[in-house]
Amino acid sequence: MISLSQYLIVAALLFGIGMAGIIINRKNIIILLMSIELILLAVNTNFIAFSYFLDNVVGQIFVFFILTVAAAEAAIGLAIMVVLFRKRGTLEVQDLDLLKG
Amino acid sequence: MTALQIIFYILSSFAVFSALMVVASSNPVRGALFLVLTFFCMAGIWLLLHAEFLALILMLVYVGAVMTLFLFVVMMLSVSRLSLKEGFVRFLPINVLIVLLIVGLAIMVLSPERFGLLQMPIPMDKGVDYSNTMSLGMQLYTEYAYPFEIAAVLLLTAIIAAITLTHGDRKKHKSQKISAQIAVRAKDRVRLVKMNSEPKLKPNNSAGQ
Repeated sequence: MISLSQYLIVAALLFGIGMAGIIINRKNIIILLMSIELILLAVNTNFIAFSYFLDNVVGQIFVFFILTVAAAEAAIGLAIMVVLFRKRGTLEVQDLDLLKG
Repeated sequence: MTALQIIFYILSSFAVFSALMVVASSNPVRGALFLVLTFFCMAGIWLLLHAEFLALILMLVYVGAVMTLFLFVVMMLSVSRLSLKEGFVRFLPINVLIVLLIVGLAIMVLSPERFGLLQMPIPMDKGVDYSNTMSLGMQLYTEYAYPFEIAAVLLLTAIIAAITLTHGDRKKHKSQKISAQIAVRAKDRVRLVKMNSEPKLKPNNSAGQ
């Protein structure tokens, strides 16, 4: 049978890959947004695994809300990206230095 | 090895592989498609965890709506121009080292000694007439009714924000062009016209009589 730690390790791997995508990525914001989606997916998997093994349905309700927030975040993020592309004509992370950071 | 374990290993290895491809792919369209594959595999794993409703929601909402939106935007923004520049790896070794350390630490903590089958036994089956959707709905519409409504308001906010950001009609948009205002000279605005003056009118004699 599959133990809880196996599910958690898969989620940790996904989380690490998503975090690596955010840190390493210097190219465009689209892949950065996708990395955020990966991280949220890993967190949701953790919630569902604990919900199953602790026999408590509340974890799944949290996942429901996280999915809602993630969908809203993706919609607004993509809208901001479209506006950014119209204004500056680029999506390179390196070129977006308006704030001199 | 049981069939469930084989399914789990296949799904999780596919998920990790495609997640790696999402991060490593230079073309955003391919990245989005690999992300779809990751979502499919994780939906399968959620099905193994008896979260049927959320697995279907992940497929319908995420793969059906959010990732389609991603693909639309990626294709709208001329991918060929986006993926031209290479060399996205800067400080690669140190970054990989940091991420490996964090993941290694997580795996060490989540080892089977702490979260194995002995510590966390698999719960008993709920029986045939147990419905995951129904139990989720019972909780969601009673105890979590207010958070549910707040989530609805949040979605409405997202709709309004996204439309307001992208819908702006640029024809109606009025803005100052400061450089043009500074560069303007008097001869651009005022036109001096030279013309003959009118001949003087004779006073009307018949008016006084």
